[in-house]
Amino acid sequence: MTHTITLERNSFGQLVFVAPDGTRQQVNPVRSFPIAAPTEGIGLVNTEGEEVAWITRITDLSPASREVLEADLSTREFMPVIERIRSVSSFATPSTWEVDTDRGPTSLVLKGEEDIRRLVRPALLIADSRGINFLIRDRYALDAHSKKMLDRFL
Amino acid sequence: MNSESSPHVHAAPAYSDYLGPAVPDAWRPRLDAALAPDEKVLASLALDLDTRLQFRSGLVALTSKRLLGWDHETQDWRSWEFRDGMVLRHRDQAGVASLDLIDATAKLDGWRFTLALDPAAHNLADRFKAQLECVLAGRQPAPPEPLTCPTCDAPLPPGTDECPTCAREIHTPPSTWTLLRLWRFARPYKGQLLAGFILTLLSTGATLVPPYLTMPLMDEVLIPFQNGVPIDSHKVMMLLGGLFAAALVAWSLGWAKTYILALASERIGADLRITTYEHLQGLSLEYFGGKRTGDLMSRIGAETDRITLFLSLQLLDFATDVLMITMTAAILISINPWLALVTLVPLPFIAWLIHAVRDRLRYGFEQVDRVWSEVTSVLADTIPGIRVVKAFAQEKREVNRFKDANMHNLQVNDRVNRIWSVFSPTVTLATEVGLLIVWGFGIWLVADKSITVGVLTAFLTYISRFYTRLDSMSRIVSFTQKAAAGAKRIFDILDHVSSVPEPAKPQHLPAVTGAIECRKVGFRHGNRTILRGVDLSIQPGEMIGLVGHSGSGKSTLVNLICRFYDVTDGSIRIEGIDVRAVPVSEYRRNIGLVLQEPFLFFGTIAENIAYGKPDATRDEIISAARAAHAHDFIMRLPHGYDSLVGERGQALSGGERQRISIARALLIDPRILILDEATSAVDTETEMEIQAALENLIRGRTTIAIAHRLSTLRKADRLVVLDRGQIVEIGNHDALMEKQGAYFRLYEAQTRKLDDVAIGADKPIVPPHREHANA
Repeated sequence: MTHTITLERNSFGQLVFVAPDGTRQQVNPVRSFPIAAPTEGIGLVNTEGEEVAWITRITDLSPASREVLEADLSTREFMPVIERIRSVSSFATPSTWEVDTDRGPTSLVLKGEEDIRRLVRPALLIADSRGINFLIRDRYALDAHSKKMLDRFL
Repeated sequence: MNSESSPHVHAAPAYSDYLGPAVPDAWRPRLDAALAPDEKVLASLALDLDTRLQFRSGLVALTSKRLLGWDHETQDWRSWEFRDGMVLRHRDQAGVASLDLIDATAKLDGWRFTLALDPAAHNLADRFKAQLECVLAGRQPAPPEPLTCPTCDAPLPPGTDECPTCAREIHTPPSTWTLLRLWRFARPYKGQLLAGFILTLLSTGATLVPPYLTMPLMDEVLIPFQNGVPIDSHKVMMLLGGLFAAALVAWSLGWAKTYILALASERIGADLRITTYEHLQGLSLEYFGGKRTGDLMSRIGAETDRITLFLSLQLLDFATDVLMITMTAAILISINPWLALVTLVPLPFIAWLIHAVRDRLRYGFEQVDRVWSEVTSVLADTIPGIRVVKAFAQEKREVNRFKDANMHNLQVNDRVNRIWSVFSPTVTLATEVGLLIVWGFGIWLVADKSITVGVLTAFLTYISRFYTRLDSMSRIVSFTQKAAAGAKRIFDILDHVSSVPEPAKPQHLPAVTGAIECRKVGFRHGNRTILRGVDLSIQPGEMIGLVGHSGSGKSTLVNLICRFYDVTDGSIRIEGIDVRAVPVSEYRRNIGLVLQEPFLFFGTIAENIAYGKPDATRDEIISAARAAHAHDFIMRLPHGYDSLVGERGQALSGGERQRISIARALLIDPRILILDEATSAVDTETEMEIQAALENLIRGRTTIAIAHRLSTLRKADRLVVLDRGQIVEIGNHDALMEKQGAYFRLYEAQTRKLDDVAIGADKPIVPPHREHANA
């Protein structure tokens, strides 16, 4: 059962999985559906790359473990959500976009239109030249200006 | 302060040993203020994220005495003096990398940044390690090695002065004046184009004669006749003859101009298509990996066709129209300036209308194009995969997918047509209104006796043509936009710089013996690090087996050695020369590749074997086929070496296809041979045949083989075990078995599986219905 999973954080700031028999090992949490279902199906993978435990639902964990896990995930997950597109350098790719994200303003270089991936409607995933994935949760909910800019690339 | 550019930075004494990307100007004063008098800055990392992963600038700097990191909360530096056991640990995941300063007991500090800064971070970590060792041992640190790339610290390939890894990152968006760029393709046909233009000028002039002749016909023949003057038949004959002659001249000139210009534009289109395809062939596998076949096909096929059509017909018509309007305007003004002025009034209005709609239509047509390639992509996806579609009975779903793409197509088209449909009638309306104005004003002038009826008739004849041309001219908006959109998509391909660029100053290979050296090779695809720090030196004639779980980076390493991709860090050298400094085709000529899924082109077997050496003699082809153990089965085919294979050709088994691809590799006699899972797609018996064929191939060549079945690699001189992008073990089979490490575990796992099969063989596991059938 999932609630037998205990997670801790060691002095290196790493996530440690405590097995029912008390053995400890360092693990990396990996979400199986980071976009579609971020809170379900989280694998705990040890440094050898083997999966040592499976969390079916994050809500199954004890509050303490869950807090440690979420803190760990929040420092390793990086998918800025685009809230506004301020400007784009050109409508032909490669194009540099100035965007406001939930992690502050930044710029991204879009190498080609095919780097905009249509996820389950109305979400879009934009991979920039650095390999960062930017998420647009609802392309129809953006402000008119951003929508107009985005439309030119879709 | 910001005028201080990097040369000054390096000239300052505190920066004399500095390596890597320069400290940003904004951080220089703060860093300089923190330095002790004799302290030197060795490397730095300008962060673009903070610890909570917000986009925010920060700095980590390594000095000769300590590591400095800016703390956003206290607005001051956090300083870490060198201590025993300190390590800068570098990690990356999902687009962010981290650098953690740890010692034996705990994490001391940590920084986050995007992968764009990864090379700089590696530089910082490497120099930190070196400096720490020196300081702890009390040694004087060795001066940094010169001649490295200023951005990523990778050694510069000899003969070039810019780093191929970093130069690739420059992103220049193509200009929006795309259509003008077609001039590059038009230039060779300058002569024809000029001739065409002169003919256009003349033929347009000829078409303007008839309305002019209506004036005397009206004023000097018809009106006087109405007033009782008899018809001057000689004059009538002259005028009618003039009309007919003008029509004949216009006809012949029009024919000549259309023919010449169509000829030229068809050639421009062909050149465009060929150049695009040629450029496409030069692009790296990375480009093809990211594109859909259907999309590329439509770009090269349909888009170039559209551009040709635009150049040969639409643009020509437009030019004719513009000429006609200018000439007509000149004639009208010469006859009666006032009436001419009134006639020309609607012109600016229509011009404005065209301009207003232009922008919206252009986006629309670009979108239509993209949606259209979506439709073709569905086809390109499902038709090759039709067996899977049918096997899983998903025809309905694929039809729905196609329907969805078509619905999307309809939606976008509807939106464009909404604007477009208003446009044409509006122009027609403007035309009618214009005619009305001319009639009204003309009648007033006639009544006023300032013009004759003939002049008014001529005016009306002229402008009714004139306005109909305006109507068709308005169509040029959409044609131009469509052609511009097409040109943009073509130039998207043409502007794409291969990520496997040809060297600026190529170095030629000496006689290739087959020595390959990988130095600190790293490779990243998107945000996944696939290889890191791979050091491997391969001797001429040596056989190397690459071993590891799937996803451990074996195929990537081989692709890097073939230079299908370029390394992200480090370098691969052949005969001591960086492969990036050697012309791509010269380098590849030395490589023979046998893939898991051999691809045969449509053509005869002989053509397929001679693919890498089209001028091979029949004897050479046969001896290559013999060596590849393919000769016998080829002779059994009805047409021998002339049998057609490939798509729509003779069906060959996997092992037969593989032996043809081995013969293909044998024929070019490469010094370096790469076998990427060459035998894993076939059964054991076929594998033995292929193995026998491979023996001939391997002899005397440097061979790099990837095989899932470890037993096939027994002959390898050395086995290289990869795990998650790093080399974990190197040695021959016996040594590695003795070591009982990663290879031992892999081998055990496989033999155990084989044993299981062997035990199971006593009682074969047969599906129940088969058992029944056997009974």
